[in-house]
Amino acid sequence: MAIKFRHDVDAVLAEAKKTGKPVLLDFSAAPM
Amino acid sequence: MWPDPRVEKFVNDNFLPARVHVKDDSALFQKYGEKYGAQWTPTILGLDPDGVERYRIEGFLPNDDFLAHLMLGRAQIAFAEKQWGEAERRFREIVEKFPDSDAAPEALYWAGVAPYKGTNDPASLKATAKAFQQRYQYTTWAKKASVWGG
Repeated sequence: MAIKFRHDVDAVLAEAKKTGKPVLLDFSAAPM
Repeated sequence: MWPDPRVEKFVNDNFLPARVHVKDDSALFQKYGEKYGAQWTPTILGLDPDGVERYRIEGFLPNDDFLAHLMLGRAQIAFAEKQWGEAERRFREIVEKFPDSDAAPEALYWAGVAPYKGTNDPASLKATAKAFQQRYQYTTWAKKASVWGG
């Protein structure tokens, strides 16, 4: 079950507000 | 740290996961790095549904500690939303599942605070101070709880 990180942060924040689900925001330098 | 299946399940079950990469998403990294004051990688933020930061992890952690801190972040979000029962349950789960993690003493502390916030009954604070006499005695969290001992 891989984590499906999204990169459209604005849309993720909007979805969080709409659904009431928290966000995990990862600032990363790891190889993509 | 991310390939751990326990971490993957916890993140997928509890969060909407988003990532900005310092090179591949450089414009987004700059935008959100400034917004949230992220100046180092990895920096992992637990945001409540309004986008307010409630928890921060900076730097690498081994899997057990990383998962315990993610759980602590999720518990802090429940706490910030005044979901006292859920917050207490989540804090206690950390102490039970990862008693040797460095997140555990902090979780034990807040597991005492959450029910007090919901009831104004100081019994949970006193019980927490007593619990700290049995474990994690030399941590900052034990010192903070010591004032509740009465």
